[in-house]
Amino acid sequence: MSEPTLLSASGLTLRFGAIPALLDVDADLWPGEILAIVGESGSGKTTLLNVLSGKMAPQSGQVMYRDPAGALQDVHAMPAPALRALHRSDWGFVHQNPRENLRMAVSAGGNVGERLMAQGSRHYGHIRAAAIDWLEQVEIDADRVDDLPRTFSGGMLQRLQIARTLVTHPRLVFMDEPTGGLDVSVQARLLDLIRSLVRRLGIAVVLVTHDLAVARLLADRIMVMQRGEVVEAGLTDQVLDDPRHPYTQLLVSSVLQA
Amino acid sequence: MNTVMLRVEDLAKRFTLHLQGGVQLDVLNGAGFEVQAGECIALSGPSGAGKSTLLRALYGNYRADAGRILVRHDGAMVDLVTATPRQIVAVRRTTLGYVSQFLRVVPRVSALDIVADAAGGRADAHTEAAALLHRLNIPASLHGLPPATFSGGEQQRINLARGFIHGHPILLLDEPTASLDAANRDVVIAMIREAKSRGTAIVGIFHDAAVRDAVADRLYQVAPYQQAA
Repeated sequence: MSEPTLLSASGLTLRFGAIPALLDVDADLWPGEILAIVGESGSGKTTLLNVLSGKMAPQSGQVMYRDPAGALQDVHAMPAPALRALHRSDWGFVHQNPRENLRMAVSAGGNVGERLMAQGSRHYGHIRAAAIDWLEQVEIDADRVDDLPRTFSGGMLQRLQIARTLVTHPRLVFMDEPTGGLDVSVQARLLDLIRSLVRRLGIAVVLVTHDLAVARLLADRIMVMQRGEVVEAGLTDQVLDDPRHPYTQLLVSSVLQA
Repeated sequence: MNTVMLRVEDLAKRFTLHLQGGVQLDVLNGAGFEVQAGECIALSGPSGAGKSTLLRALYGNYRADAGRILVRHDGAMVDLVTATPRQIVAVRRTTLGYVSQFLRVVPRVSALDIVADAAGGRADAHTEAAALLHRLNIPASLHGLPPATFSGGEQQRINLARGFIHGHPILLLDEPTASLDAANRDVVIAMIREAKSRGTAIVGIFHDAAVRDAVADRLYQVAPYQQAA
């Protein structure tokens, strides 16, 4: 029970002018665990993801990351090169729009291999083999390895982004609406893929989504945000089956039953 | 010497419906009983008395407002009412199983994998899952298919296989035979009896009186809670 946290945030506050994007937010994540942050647009969930991942600095509060050696690193006090190195190896980030992460003028295999090279891999044959292996893991045919991403569909681009992110075996992945904007059939395939890869590799994930069904399927725990505050948190099934806060009750009751 | 596996003390659960003007429903108040290893308690009471609410509270799915739910986990009693989410996850993983009335279907995952995934990482999970599905009369031709299109009775049997495969020392059963025919009902009765003989403590809701009489050692009466005027 006393297993140390992988990521631990306390007292995060960030205001954009008069608008509170984060108000005294605490969050803990343990190795191998999936934490969903849910809420409507403007609730502060993407801001929280950006602050947790060091992309955006809070006005107050702290984010501590436990590195593989067991040492605690203050994410917002790290030198920029150290944070970049973290994002290249130990961490991954999956954007809603895969074009933000992929290089559209580089082949699919190149996109996957690039992250390995950034980590120091130099053997071309190994890099290409790893790229093909990862394309297959995300269900992209190996014979597409030399094709440019612009010939890929939206769902394939998202799967390519996931391959590019996971190839370095990160311990922690941040995901911002990974299934947003995709057809439902494509979404189902992607969700199943994320679920099985993350479980098999034991990756910890902070997942931002406005879709409670996505949170239900993927997350161990859930945090509900409204106007920059965490209004309710707990096990996913507790929060969704027994919502206590008025805002959570509104979110849960607003979902259409198919 | 008998071992208490589960003890419920003075349990209360109130729902506050904020979207309905803050209506408060006191569903449980002062619920208490204990279950020994190898014993099966049937929750009884009229529809709406709070049987399912109580069962869900015992699983940590509904969060109780007061009282204690003591579960024997790793040799010590853990109180689910005050446990952290991660402690509840640990208790559910190794100690506490729950068979709900309805299967939550995951797109693309086959019936066999749904059952095997619940085995807790055992090496023989798939063999065991197939054997359980056969016992529950799910033909092999269905094992590889995702159960989204299966009938209600088939989905319930997959859910049962999923609930029984791990062999949790405490099992919570919500209407395990509701949509089953007589032959499958008898299989489930046999599975519950075998679990009891292995020492599993069971709390269940059984509307079917024949099933209840066949498996339950005692009844716990869940009384509709009268709101104070």
